[in-house]
Amino acid sequence: MSQYTPDSEAAVEEIVRAARARSEPLEIAGGGGKRALGRPVQAAATLSLGKLAGITLYEPSELVIAAKAGTPLAEIEARLKQQGQRLPFDPPRLHRLYGGDRDTASIGAVVASNLSGPRRVHAGAARDSLIGVRFVNGAGETVKSGGRVMKNVTGLDLVKLMSGAFGTLGVLTEVTFKALPAPETEATLVFEGLDDHQAVACLSAGLGSPWEVTGAAHLPAVAGAPARTLLRLEGFETQMAYRGKALGDALAGFGGCDILRGADSAARWAAIGELEPLAAHDDEAVWKVSTTPNKAPEVAAAIRAATGARLYYDWGGGLIWVAVPAEGDAGAAAIRAALSDAGGHATCMRAPDEIRAAIAVFEPQPEPVMALTRKLKETFDPDRVLNPGRMYAGV
Amino acid sequence: MSSLALPAVDAGILAKRARIVERLGEVVGARWVISDEDELRAYETDALTAYRQIPLAVALPSTTDEVSRVLAVLNEEGVKVIGRGAGTSLAGGALPLADSVVVGVSRMSRVLDIDTANRAIRVEAGVTNLAVSGAVDHLGFFYAPDPSSQLACTIAGNVAMNSGGAHCLKYGVTTNNVLGLTVVLMDGTVIELGGTHMDSPGYDLLGLMTGSEGQLGIVTEAVLRILPKAEGARPVLVGFSSNTDAGTCVSDIIGQGMLPVVIEFMDRPAIRICEDFAHAGYPLDVEAMLIIEVEGSEEEIVEQLAKIVAVARDNGAVHVREAKTPAESAAIWKGRKSAFGAMGRISDYMCMDGTIPTGRLPEVLVKISEICEGYGLGVANIFHAGDGNLHPLVLYDVNDPEQLEKAEACGADILELCVEVGGCLTGEHGVGIEKRELMTSQFNATDLDQQMRIKTMLDPQWLLNPAKVFPLAGRPEPVRLKTSEAA
Repeated sequence: MSQYTPDSEAAVEEIVRAARARSEPLEIAGGGGKRALGRPVQAAATLSLGKLAGITLYEPSELVIAAKAGTPLAEIEARLKQQGQRLPFDPPRLHRLYGGDRDTASIGAVVASNLSGPRRVHAGAARDSLIGVRFVNGAGETVKSGGRVMKNVTGLDLVKLMSGAFGTLGVLTEVTFKALPAPETEATLVFEGLDDHQAVACLSAGLGSPWEVTGAAHLPAVAGAPARTLLRLEGFETQMAYRGKALGDALAGFGGCDILRGADSAARWAAIGELEPLAAHDDEAVWKVSTTPNKAPEVAAAIRAATGARLYYDWGGGLIWVAVPAEGDAGAAAIRAALSDAGGHATCMRAPDEIRAAIAVFEPQPEPVMALTRKLKETFDPDRVLNPGRMYAGV
Repeated sequence: MSSLALPAVDAGILAKRARIVERLGEVVGARWVISDEDELRAYETDALTAYRQIPLAVALPSTTDEVSRVLAVLNEEGVKVIGRGAGTSLAGGALPLADSVVVGVSRMSRVLDIDTANRAIRVEAGVTNLAVSGAVDHLGFFYAPDPSSQLACTIAGNVAMNSGGAHCLKYGVTTNNVLGLTVVLMDGTVIELGGTHMDSPGYDLLGLMTGSEGQLGIVTEAVLRILPKAEGARPVLVGFSSNTDAGTCVSDIIGQGMLPVVIEFMDRPAIRICEDFAHAGYPLDVEAMLIIEVEGSEEEIVEQLAKIVAVARDNGAVHVREAKTPAESAAIWKGRKSAFGAMGRISDYMCMDGTIPTGRLPEVLVKISEICEGYGLGVANIFHAGDGNLHPLVLYDVNDPEQLEKAEACGADILELCVEVGGCLTGEHGVGIEKRELMTSQFNATDLDQQMRIKTMLDPQWLLNPAKVFPLAGRPEPVRLKTSEAA
C-alpha cells in the first residue's frame, strides 16, 4: 500500500489528480489517530497530511488562528494557551478509543470529524468555531471558503459542509478557527446519588439558568462509586463564588452538592471528554448517541435493557457514550431502535473492521436526504477518489 | 434603475401567466395568489429600494405541503421563484424579476412548540425574529441572533441570510443557533434536517442551507436554540480622540480575557448624526466612540465595567459614561439603534456591509474616507467592533442618477478594500443582487464553480432566486427540464 505525504497544497493537488487519473481511491489521514472511525475505506493508497503542518496565522487580539491541516492539535492549544486563549469547543482526545498518544490528533482531523467536547453544550460544536477552510476537491482543485473574520455570509457556506464530512468531500489543507479568551478559573458542582431522570432534570435546570453552565454531565453509579451529576461554571474568580452559590441554591431540590475548584474541576472534565468514565475495554464497541436531552434517560434505559451496555451522559443528556460487547452487530439494531421514538442519531465510534463493514456506522438517512448526500459527493468528488465509502456506501 | 443587469425576461413565461396563476390558485386558494398590478406593487422591492421590479405573481402558501406543491408546479412550468420573508433584505435578496413568482411565507407564522427543558423552540418560518424571543421571554429565555430589523424580519429570511446582530460577538449568528430545518427543494421535495438534538448526522446540510440566500430551497419550519436570559445587562459609553485608540482599546479588552456581549464602534460623523436625532448625550468632541455592554449579576456587571473602564483609560479614553439606571442604558442604546433612521433624515445613504480583521481598522477607516472623498460623497461609519463587521453609510442623493452611480462605485471600492485587507464582502446582509458582481474579488473561478455546482445540483434549471449571489458571467447553462420529466 503506497503512502503519500505531501508537504504543500500543490503537492496534494497533484496526488489527487494523479489518483483520479488512475482511478485509485485515497484514504485521507491527518495524524492517523482516527483511521478506525467510520466504515473501512477500500483504498490502495493513503494520503497523510502529517507534513503539511504549521500555524499560519495567529492574531490574539482578533481571536483568530489558522493552521495547515496536519498541525497537531496539541501545538495549536499550546500556542493559544501562551496568550490565555483556547478553542471554544473543547476538542476531545480519543486515544482511549483508538490507542496511540494523547496528542496524535491533527487539527484537520478535528474538523473532518466535527468532534466537540463537554463545552459543546455552551460554546457550540467544532463547526461553530470554524470560520475558514482551504481544501482540495476530488478533481484536484484547491477551493477556499470562509476566511479569517468572524462574520462572513459571502456565498454558500462550504466551511460547515467540510466540517464532519470525514474527508469525503475534500482534503482539508488549511483551517481557520475563532478562539476565545480562556477563563480565569472554573468550578464544578457535583451532586451525588441521582438517578438518570433526576440527573437530566438537574442538568436541564442548570443549563436553563442564567449562570452560564459550560459543562453538564451525568455519570451513573458503577460498582464502588455513586452516581455523580456535574455542572461546570467558568469565569473570573469572583463570578465563580457568586454563580456557584446561586446555582447551588437554585438546584437545592436535587440535594446538596460538593464543589470541585480549579485544577480538580479541569481534570474531571478532561476525563469526561476523554471517555474515561466509560472505561471501555478493548473488546467493547463504543457508540456516540445524540438525542433530545430530556428523552435521554428512556433511550439509555432501552439500550441498557437490550444490550447490557455501560454508558454515561454529556451535553446535558444530549450525548450518551455507550460501551457494548463487540459481537454481532455491536448493538446497532438495539441502539437505533431505542432512538426511533425519541429522535436523534447514533454513530459507531469503535468496532472491529468486519463489524463496521457490515453495519451502518453513521446514522442511515431518509432517502431524500441520502439523495442529496450522494449528489453533494458527486459535485465535490465525481470519481470517488476521496475516502470512498467512509461514511456511507457509494459516497 | 441602476447599472446591475437583470436576466432577459422569458416571454414564454409571461405568455402563460394566466395558467400559472390558475394552477397556483388550485394549490393555495385563489385569494392567496396576487396577480393584480396594484397589489403586486407591495412586492416590487425589499429594503434595497434602489431596485424595483413587479413580479409575475405572488403566492402565499400556508403549510409546508402547499409550499411543496407550489414549487412543484413552478418547477414544472419552468418559472423562476423568489422566496420572501418580510422583505427586509438590504442586499436585494428578495428583489423580484418580471417573469418570477414570489413565494412568501408570511402566513406561516405560528410558534409550534416551546421546549425549555431542552432549550429549543419549533416555529414556522414566517414568524418574526422578535416574536421568537417574545414567545419565550416570560419563561426566562431568548433567541440570540438580533438583526436590527428584528421587529419585522422573519426566521425564513434570517436563515436565508444567516443573520446576525449586535450580540453575535458572544452568541454567534443564525447558523450557530439553528438546530433543525424543514426545507422545500425546487422540485417540491421536502427534507427534514436536524431536530431538538445537537449535531445533526451526515453532511452538514443545516450549515449549507443557512446563508444560502434562497438559492437552494425554501425554509418552512425551524427548530431554534433558545438561551436563558442573563440576570442583567448594562452598557458603558467610551469616547476617544482617535480611531486608533478606540481600536486598540477593543483589542486590549479581548486580550485581557473579557468577552462583552456587545462592542459597537461609531466614528465622528456617525456620533453627530445620531446625537442630533436622538439627543442621547453622546460626546461631540471625540473622534470615535465605543458602546460596550456586559451581562451578569449586579456585582458582576459592576466588576466587569470597572475593568473595561480601566482598560479604556489606559488607552486614552477622554469620555466615559457608565449607565447606572435602566433609563441611562436606554439613552445610550437609543442613539445607536436610531442610527439608520437618523441618517435617513439628513441624506439618502447606501449601507455597506463588509468585514475586516479588526487589527486593520484604523487604516481601513482612513482609506474609506479617502475613497468617499474621491467620489465627492460623505460617509459615516458604524461598526460591530468585536467581530469586524463594518457598516459605512455612503451618503448620496437618490434623485440624482449620477450620484447613485457614484455611490455604487464607491461602495464597490470599499468592499474590495475589505477583501484586500483580509476581510469579506458581506458580514450579515448577504450578497443578494447588490454584491453579485463583486464575488470575483473574493473568490476565484474554482471557488465559485464549486459553489455553483451545488446550486446546479439542487436547482438544475436555476429557478431559485436566479439573478442573485453568483456573477451573471460564468454561470452554467440551466438544464431545461422537459415537462414530462418534471411531472
